[in-house]
Amino acid sequence: MMMLQGLLFELPGGGDVFSQILTILIYAFLFISLFYGQKIQMHLMLKEIEGSLYRLKYIRDEGRRIAIETIKEVGKPQKDPTTMVDRFLEYFTIQPEDMDPAGIVWKLEHILDVRDARFKDEVKLLAPEADDVQINNLENTLEAAMALNYIYKVIRHYYLLGKKTLSLYIIMQIQMILPLVMREAEAYASALKAFAYGQPIGDGIGPLVAAKLMHGYPVRKVAKDCVVAEVPIEGRIAYVIKAEGPGGNVGKPGDAVKAVIEENEGKIASIIMIDAALKLEGEEVGEVSEGVGAAIGGPGVDKFKIEETILKYRIPINAVIIKEDIGDAVSPMRKEIFDSADKAIERIKQVILEKTKEGDKIIIVGVGNTIGIGQ
Amino acid sequence: MSRKEQTPAQISTFTMMMIFIVLAISFAAIILAIQAYSVYENQFAAAYLTFIGILGIALSLYTIMQVRRRLARLKIETPPVITTIECKKCGFKSVREFQRGDYVFKEVEPCRKCNENMIITAIYREFKEKRKETTSF
Ligand SMILES: [Zn+2]
Repeated sequence: MMMLQGLLFELPGGGDVFSQILTILIYAFLFISLFYGQKIQMHLMLKEIEGSLYRLKYIRDEGRRIAIETIKEVGKPQKDPTTMVDRFLEYFTIQPEDMDPAGIVWKLEHILDVRDARFKDEVKLLAPEADDVQINNLENTLEAAMALNYIYKVIRHYYLLGKKTLSLYIIMQIQMILPLVMREAEAYASALKAFAYGQPIGDGIGPLVAAKLMHGYPVRKVAKDCVVAEVPIEGRIAYVIKAEGPGGNVGKPGDAVKAVIEENEGKIASIIMIDAALKLEGEEVGEVSEGVGAAIGGPGVDKFKIEETILKYRIPINAVIIKEDIGDAVSPMRKEIFDSADKAIERIKQVILEKTKEGDKIIIVGVGNTIGIGQ
Repeated sequence: MSRKEQTPAQISTFTMMMIFIVLAISFAAIILAIQAYSVYENQFAAAYLTFIGILGIALSLYTIMQVRRRLARLKIETPPVITTIECKKCGFKSVREFQRGDYVFKEVEPCRKCNENMIITAIYREFKEKRKETTSF
């Protein structure tokens, strides 16, 4: 009986003071985690978000600093551009109402045009000495700084909201998407540097392929910020379209394709679009693959226009994409991606040989930001 | 400028305090363990306390390493971007660092060999994989 009592009531570790203290500590720890476990976890999560928030703030401040420095260097403004840049970073665009979606594409296009014009005017004011190419690059730089500012503010909002309400739901939500948000912010940070210097980015692989095809042939302007060249390829006439470089801009490939099709009264045998596409983890960077459909991202206006036009004339559309991840797409172009341009051209020629006859007219569109790529 | 120094410091105050407390407790545990072993000859308690002490020290070291890594991560790294210039006529090729104003298919200075204008044929960055992923997929 005594022995059983001893076993039951004696704390593990024997009867001395130290092990008893230890046991009490263990029990205390157990109860604390029972009753306050979730609270502690929540505070740990908040700490983690706070750490990322510091990094986001640092990235944003760096972005702002680089933008201001570049404006001072290239634009040589008379007065300090800091206040104007700060005002610029807070600009917003309101999406058109989609309750009655008929015709929304044109409304969206109009708003984007207004936004674009407004940005250009603002940048011209900020940097009076900059030429057109530099103005495009500065605009891109400021847009990246704007995105960083926005990301920082949204994460800060949820962090403060989580802290205020101590709602596990809010905190968990933000903590779960944080790794992806951070990746995106890092991507924008390297994009900003590339834009500031005018270096080609991974997204520019489409324009690069088009530039390689059209280099050496006479180039004319078509639609806004787009160029086209007539290039003989494998006995066919190819209208190669890209955004006008080397300033940072994506042009309006939708309008350009429409214009070229209408110039030829719809007698186009095939359209081939080349674009960078997000790769899945595990896929090789610079992998080339092909399919059908309009390979173009962005707000959807250009995609809509291309699809409308090809439907009207029943033109088949092919796509060649180059795989890269979000970080590669907006940071200076990696060698693997640059080298994939030749592979993509081989693929295009193959598609042309398989899908069209000699003497046919085709359209090849290189989609993406043409920063750092001429023609 | 103070902003730069401020950021890492703010990360570490709380963490440093925690690490300090944990380290102090761990050392106390180890001293108690030695005492329990030599004075009270209680091996069980000694083992317990040693375990606690080592665990505490290991945890604080791990945290310090993590904080240091986070500080290292704070910098935005700029990879070198390389411009390749080629002469269309004689095939002369030269490679240099990217300069502001460079773009693909830009005509630059004349060739050293044949005085024909050279063009920029490539601009890219060399990407070095930090560590090769070892998955069998
Ligand atoms: Zn030469």
